[in-house]
Amino acid sequence: MSDIPVHHDPHSHDQPEPNYLNWSHTVKDWLLTGDHKRIGMLYLISVTIFFIVGGVAAMFIRVELLTPKADLFSLETYNRIFSAHGIVMIFFFLIPSIPATLGNFLIPLMIGAKDLAFPRLNLLSWYIYVIGGTFAVLALVFGGVDTGWTFYTPYSSMFSNGNVVLTIFAAFFAGFSSIFTGINFIVTIHKMRAPGMTWFRLPLFVWAHYATSLIMVLGTPVVAITLLLLVAERSLHLGIFNPNNGGDPVLFQHMFWFYSHPAVYIMILPGMGVISEIIACFSRKRIFGYSFVAFSSLAIALLGFFVWGHHMFTTGQSMYLGMVFSILSFMVAVPSAIKVFNWASTLHKGRVSFHSPMLYALGFMGLFLIGGLTGLFLSTMGVDIHLQDTYFVVAHFHYVMVGGAIMAFLGGVHFWWPKMTGRMYNENMAKVAAVMIFVGFNATFFPQFIVGYLGMPRRYAVYPEEFQFWHILSTMGATLLGLGYAMPGVYLVASLFNGKKAPANPWGAVGLEWHADSPPSPHNFHETPIVTWEAYEYDIDGEAGMYDGPLEGNEEKRTNFGGESGTEPAGHPAGD
Amino acid sequence: MSVETLHGEPVQSDDPHQAFAVHYKERKQQDESYIVGMWTFLVTEIMFFGALFLAYIVFRNIWPGELSEISREHLNVKLGFINTLILLTSSLTMAMAVQSAQRKIEGRVYFFMFATIALALCFMGVKFVEYSKKYNENHVPGPLFHYVAEGAETKATVAGVEVVKTEGSTEVAHEAEHGRKFSLEPVKGSATSSAQHAEIFFSLYFIMTGLHGIHVILGVLVMLIIIVMMWFKSPLVADFMPIEMTGLYWHFVDIVWIFLYPALYLAHPDLQKFLHG
Repeated sequence: MSDIPVHHDPHSHDQPEPNYLNWSHTVKDWLLTGDHKRIGMLYLISVTIFFIVGGVAAMFIRVELLTPKADLFSLETYNRIFSAHGIVMIFFFLIPSIPATLGNFLIPLMIGAKDLAFPRLNLLSWYIYVIGGTFAVLALVFGGVDTGWTFYTPYSSMFSNGNVVLTIFAAFFAGFSSIFTGINFIVTIHKMRAPGMTWFRLPLFVWAHYATSLIMVLGTPVVAITLLLLVAERSLHLGIFNPNNGGDPVLFQHMFWFYSHPAVYIMILPGMGVISEIIACFSRKRIFGYSFVAFSSLAIALLGFFVWGHHMFTTGQSMYLGMVFSILSFMVAVPSAIKVFNWASTLHKGRVSFHSPMLYALGFMGLFLIGGLTGLFLSTMGVDIHLQDTYFVVAHFHYVMVGGAIMAFLGGVHFWWPKMTGRMYNENMAKVAAVMIFVGFNATFFPQFIVGYLGMPRRYAVYPEEFQFWHILSTMGATLLGLGYAMPGVYLVASLFNGKKAPANPWGAVGLEWHADSPPSPHNFHETPIVTWEAYEYDIDGEAGMYDGPLEGNEEKRTNFGGESGTEPAGHPAGD
Repeated sequence: MSVETLHGEPVQSDDPHQAFAVHYKERKQQDESYIVGMWTFLVTEIMFFGALFLAYIVFRNIWPGELSEISREHLNVKLGFINTLILLTSSLTMAMAVQSAQRKIEGRVYFFMFATIALALCFMGVKFVEYSKKYNENHVPGPLFHYVAEGAETKATVAGVEVVKTEGSTEVAHEAEHGRKFSLEPVKGSATSSAQHAEIFFSLYFIMTGLHGIHVILGVLVMLIIIVMMWFKSPLVADFMPIEMTGLYWHFVDIVWIFLYPALYLAHPDLQKFLHG
């Protein structure tokens, strides 16, 4: 059935089968690879580096805020540090984090394809990301930028003396990298599905990435041109945001948030896809309301394009415009709540087990709940007048982006780590880390809701003394959070050297990706799979099939199937 | 087949027109993926230009009469019309090139590709004439920008030295502090005000037509690369798909101009009177 000759016998155990990691070790084969799995790993390494850079900046911020006075850094330096934190974390960690690593790695595996539709475009997107990242690092080395990650005009175009142009080119390149990823995903999901893999048999992870790709493709070009206009204004004086020329600085905000609000859904939607996979697997249940969860991703992507004005309630935009934006922002809560309710219903009467990915997923649900509900406060115009630009906003978006997206990212990395590397990590340490991150996160950001409500503005190094208690609490939490984040860096890397070999399906999960080897062979499946079953057909009463020992004891659970042999996958009940 | 040629590399086939990259199942899947990918890319391009049109609409809405006045006085409708004709014709030659490629008539492919490139260069030549005229008249926004409104008594420079200030306003203090002028409200009716409109208009003009011009140049480069690859019998251009996709891109570039020309060149003040009563 496959035109591709199988170049090794999958059942021979005389010598290790070549997988995508070990078939070649040269630098050239890694840097010029078209393999989506290798590119995913390249992305994983790069986003981790930027996460560390952004995290160090975050710790500088927290240490400075220990005292009411600006005693560690000058005010100017502080501005540059929080800007670096925001720019690096958003453009170089959060936006590519799940799509470009897990999405890149898993989408072809989940839909039964050999690769993404355009492997070389995929590689190009990584190089463009690296070029953008280099610009960002250079901008930091040359002294950074003090505009915040939002680059508001006219400050950024006329007054700021930081490396604005260099930083904007960094964001511009990162944007193009994500456009290419988005195009690749859309075409892949439309055209590369295996026989039998219908749209409603797709894992929800793939649905979420489809919605994400739509945002990347529709939104990113707008911010790209907006940033170009800003560069043209700053360097060539071709200005349309310059009030001096009769230009409109608020137009910049409209165009910026037209992308940058949907961009927060680029960060959270793939995370929601990850959570759907993990919750279903560790509840041993089909996800509750599959089609509702699938369409709620598209609804979030669609509605996300019509709410940008809620960032601008205080800019003097029309009151009626503000009301429309406010109502539309409330409406985003509906598909978000559909997801959370459906996950909760999936847990209900499920056979829940608390492996480390599940701990991250449950943490995600709690934190996203708080992050989402406080979003309703902020989309209420009257309340927002009070809370605009306070630490309440900071806490809100960290609950969604860090508590949501990063929890999901870590949950996904833990869930698919055996598939990606072929190694099991230390489960106990992973559980400790998950709990530490959850506690540390809440300790860091919950006090910020309070201090923000009391009136602490964001982006200030100096604050009244009565706020110090909350800031100390927050910094203590951040320390715990930082240690929690460092732990996976240690035990995941250690697992590469001394981790037990992972079976093909350590969690007894039913997704197509678990039918590939761990790690997968260079072209994923030995034969093109033919899909005859629905997504998430977990057998709640069946054997869990969880990994509980080294590979030798579990060999029977490892399945290698092809369309012709017709064997049923593990964890899948016989008969439909 | 070795693992090294797995991803993205074309499979060698007896019939070069039937070759496809190994990660696809069949030739049809590859062709359809290319087409869907190209259309998705064009959607991103629409959003890219769409943001500029948005900015244009915003400022035309603020100063409907003033901007069209400047357009009528300083943009050459005839040159724009000639350019529209040139670009439309180039779309025709491009379509002929695609059709010749589909019919595998190699000589005609070369002929029509070169014809398209020649027309594109003519287009850029006309644009060069227009740009240089505006450069000589100091209508390029920036420190040298200089614009005299019709009927204005005094010359007013905007980004240079002279500034119209509102006495006692906070902006004045701000300006003094930074040594730069900064006025939030356009002062309507004054010479400076129309110079403001002019600078906005010319900023939009140069950014929109400039980005369009960059797209034209990129199209020319892509066509040249395809011609060279065809000349050296590269298997990557053995069939019509690369030319088909270049054609899609080229028609998009053409359509952008179809919107740019009326928006920028045909903005006639009488039309504004007609629309706004």
